[in-house]
Amino acid sequence: MNFDDTPQEAAFRAEARKFVEENAPKELEAELSKASLGRIKLKDRNIVDVGKAWQKKKAEGGWACLSWPKEYGGRGATPIERVIWQEEEGIYGKLTSPFQIGEGMCGPTVMAYASEEHKCKYLPKLASGENIWCQLFSEPSAGSDVAGLRTRAERDGSDWIVNGQKIWTSGAHYSDYGILITRTDPTVPKHKGLTMFFLDMKSKGVEVKPIKQVSGASDFNEVFFTDVRIPDSQRLGAVGDGWNVSLTTLMNERMSIGSRIATGFPEIFAFCQNVINEDGVPAVEDRAVRAKLADWACKASGLKYTSYRSISALSRGERPGPENSIGKLVAGVMVQDIAAYAMDLEGAAGVLNDAETAETYGPFQAMLLGAPGMRIAGGTDEILRNIIAERVLGLPGDIRVDKSVPFNQIPTKGRT
Amino acid sequence: MNFEFSDDQKQLRDEARRYLAEHSSPKAVRNVLEGRAPYDKELWKGLAGMGFLGVAIPEEYGGAGAGHLELCVIAEEMGRALAPVPFSSSIYLAAEAIMLAGTADQKQKYLPGLAQGTTIGTLALFEGAGNPSQQKIATSVAQNKISGTKKPVPDGAIADIAIVVARSGSSGRETDISLYIVDLKGIGIARKDLQAVDPSRNQAEITFKDAPAEPLGKAGEGWDLLMQVLDRAAVLTAFEQVGGADRALEMGRDYALDRIAFGRPIGSFQAVKHVLADMYVSATLARSNCYYGAWALSTNAGELPEAAATARISATQAFQHCSKQNIQVHGGMGFTWEFDCHLYYRRSNALALGLGSQSYWEDALIDRMRRKNAAA
Ligand SMILES: Cc1cc2nc3c(=O)[nH]c(=O)nc-3n(C[C@H](O)[C@H](O)[C@H](O)COP(=O)(O)OP(=O)(O)OC[C@H]3O[C@@H](n4cnc5c(N)ncnc54)[C@H](O)[C@@H]3O)c2cc1C
Ligand SMILES: Cc1cc2nc3c(=O)[nH]c(=O)nc-3n(C[C@H](O)[C@H](O)[C@H](O)COP(=O)(O)OP(=O)(O)OC[C@H]3O[C@@H](n4cnc5c(N)ncnc54)[C@H](O)[C@@H]3O)c2cc1C
Repeated sequence: MNFDDTPQEAAFRAEARKFVEENAPKELEAELSKASLGRIKLKDRNIVDVGKAWQKKKAEGGWACLSWPKEYGGRGATPIERVIWQEEEGIYGKLTSPFQIGEGMCGPTVMAYASEEHKCKYLPKLASGENIWCQLFSEPSAGSDVAGLRTRAERDGSDWIVNGQKIWTSGAHYSDYGILITRTDPTVPKHKGLTMFFLDMKSKGVEVKPIKQVSGASDFNEVFFTDVRIPDSQRLGAVGDGWNVSLTTLMNERMSIGSRIATGFPEIFAFCQNVINEDGVPAVEDRAVRAKLADWACKASGLKYTSYRSISALSRGERPGPENSIGKLVAGVMVQDIAAYAMDLEGAAGVLNDAETAETYGPFQAMLLGAPGMRIAGGTDEILRNIIAERVLGLPGDIRVDKSVPFNQIPTKGRT
Repeated sequence: MNFEFSDDQKQLRDEARRYLAEHSSPKAVRNVLEGRAPYDKELWKGLAGMGFLGVAIPEEYGGAGAGHLELCVIAEEMGRALAPVPFSSSIYLAAEAIMLAGTADQKQKYLPGLAQGTTIGTLALFEGAGNPSQQKIATSVAQNKISGTKKPVPDGAIADIAIVVARSGSSGRETDISLYIVDLKGIGIARKDLQAVDPSRNQAEITFKDAPAEPLGKAGEGWDLLMQVLDRAAVLTAFEQVGGADRALEMGRDYALDRIAFGRPIGSFQAVKHVLADMYVSATLARSNCYYGAWALSTNAGELPEAAATARISATQAFQHCSKQNIQVHGGMGFTWEFDCHLYYRRSNALALGLGSQSYWEDALIDRMRRKNAAA
């Protein structure tokens, strides 16, 4: 048990620190430190543009997609080096949000299944931020039950023709490419008839419609496919093997865990030291407030050190297990509770959501309106609990009525 | 960075687990719980023989000289097996206090006996209801004679020596407090067994009347030393709590797999699965915080006060949560004396209080975090 950097790790940290100091967009430091969870709003600049510029600099310096092999634009870094980098990158890490799906999920899937030619063509541009990728999995009738998806791909010579609809696709409106899971055979049980592709989002027949979400922002979209042609060479994995390919995507999501999950704790801790209560003292002086803060402090710290344990396991060559599902499960609820609690401490003025009028009004309100999405995106709280119960604790799977039925015979209507 | 116990430490854990599974069975725990013995003497001797008691005590004082990470490993297994012995009082409290503040002579005099289990030690801090506070210390010392009443004293009826927190001055400040070693078999001692929520561990009242007291550490530094001892014991106790939490989770999981209702294992109902998943979450968070505490303890890091409070709060939550939900998963059976669920429920609630209650540690954690922030 050892927290100290080895000499190599210390050297790596020094190099990372120097790079960040010399290259990070310092002019955004104040704004980024204040930007709370959910959406990062910069006053005069578009987060995607700023993010791309930072990503490009990182790629030039060899600091992009650290765990990827060098030949695809990465650095071949160890899991611990990735954590060190994240620590040193600090608040500028917030600028990487448009690339996270590409780095953590799309890229590794392409790496595992695409031809060498395609890997060399697409991955370095993903790493350098020149291209942004999105994940086209969920559909109106297939979210938690993603294997129930209906978007069809039909073979036509050396192409596939895709028709259907995806939904909740984060970043589709600024993405250049996407990985897309489709149904290629509806006559076999649902997990067996799926096939994965990647496609150019500018392909003819792709239409992206932003969805306005609770927070008022539009980070995700509906994506419609009308006779979209995808060359067979862009298929990822065998025909009918799309479910297994999608599991690779999700496994890689776990590999890319870091110590960066947002919990809202630093924000509420700082807030409680500043906000003055009815007794004329900072809220943190109040025993009841302290009890809440201590509980959240322990959760945040527990998550941090759980990720350190996972990283140590990864470093020893062990595979990351489903136990990492606890991160988002704990953090999502926590952010939501913290937001409501901070607003409670603000009293009636907690209702105000106007960043212009006062310092305190705004960040927690934004958290409040963003948190519900955290508890749904990438696996709902309930699905995460099922995963822990079944894969970690070994409890029986849910009784599934549709598992071995041909997909096209599964009922699609409830009461008629 | 490496955030995991070493292979040797894991081997020690397996060894301790095997030993305790055999010698600290639920039957052995019940023997003490049901009042047939004040503690399990055979087990105590066996643990000494295995070298577990003195694992962190230096070799020159009769211990194994391994270190605190090894002691954390043993503590977890003690918690898992609900070992009905005065391990925490004698080792986390008495031996730690003497290692921290004792003179070479005192170490030579007491540590070998503590390591071999021939001396049982404890800490006599509390004087009735309330959390650690120097204002509550009325027990006082004059001319190395101590008088006052301490309760509850963990393992107070079976201990041979006690580290006693007492008042040696009258300025009203923390510097009035000093620590003393008192021979509980000597003169001026009256002891009384007390009933407790967890009868598998002894609690007693001790009245001192001009009992001879030997200073431990400098006069006036007692409160500061006590805080250090409590932090160290908090990390070690947190490992016990995590061991207990894990076992309660396993019991619940196993029962859910075996028990059939409505024609299915109850573990196939989501309501039950989600209860167990939440138990896993709290046990995992606590374990990770404990590892951080173990690192801070073993390296005597400046982060220890904060890490200890974090581990303590998190482990208290986890053990209480897992032990109570374990009963819930067991349905009516969980509410019987016969099933072992209540042994964990009792222990979890006793461990939650022994070093100061949850609200005390919550307060301490936030204080410590603020101080660190202010210093930064
Ligand atoms: C902010 C955000 C960003 C997203 N980004 C993307 C993206 O980039 N790409 C993408 O493909 N998708 C994305 N999604 C979609 C996301 O993966 C789905 O919303 C999610 O999987 C839930 O599916 P659903 O919305 O269809 O809800 P449903 O699956 O219909 O769930 C509704 C409710 O039923 C519960 N439920 C469903 N099944 C079970 C079960 N078996 N057991 C117990 N409870 C159950 C759920 O927990 C939930 O409470 C995003 C979603 C959000 C909110
Ligand atoms: C103090 C006490 C007094 C009692 N007095 C009486 C009495 O006077 N007369 C009498 O007849 N009975 C009595 N009972 C029995 C009581 O009704 C049962 O204990 C209770 O119905 C639970 O059944 P069980 O113990 O078999 O647990 P189980 O049914 O085995 O339940 C075990 C666990 O599985 C969960 N579970 C079971 N089925 C489902 C499901 N379908 N969905 C989700 N979760 C599920 C339960 O919630 C529980 O957590 C008493 C019990 C107690 C504790």
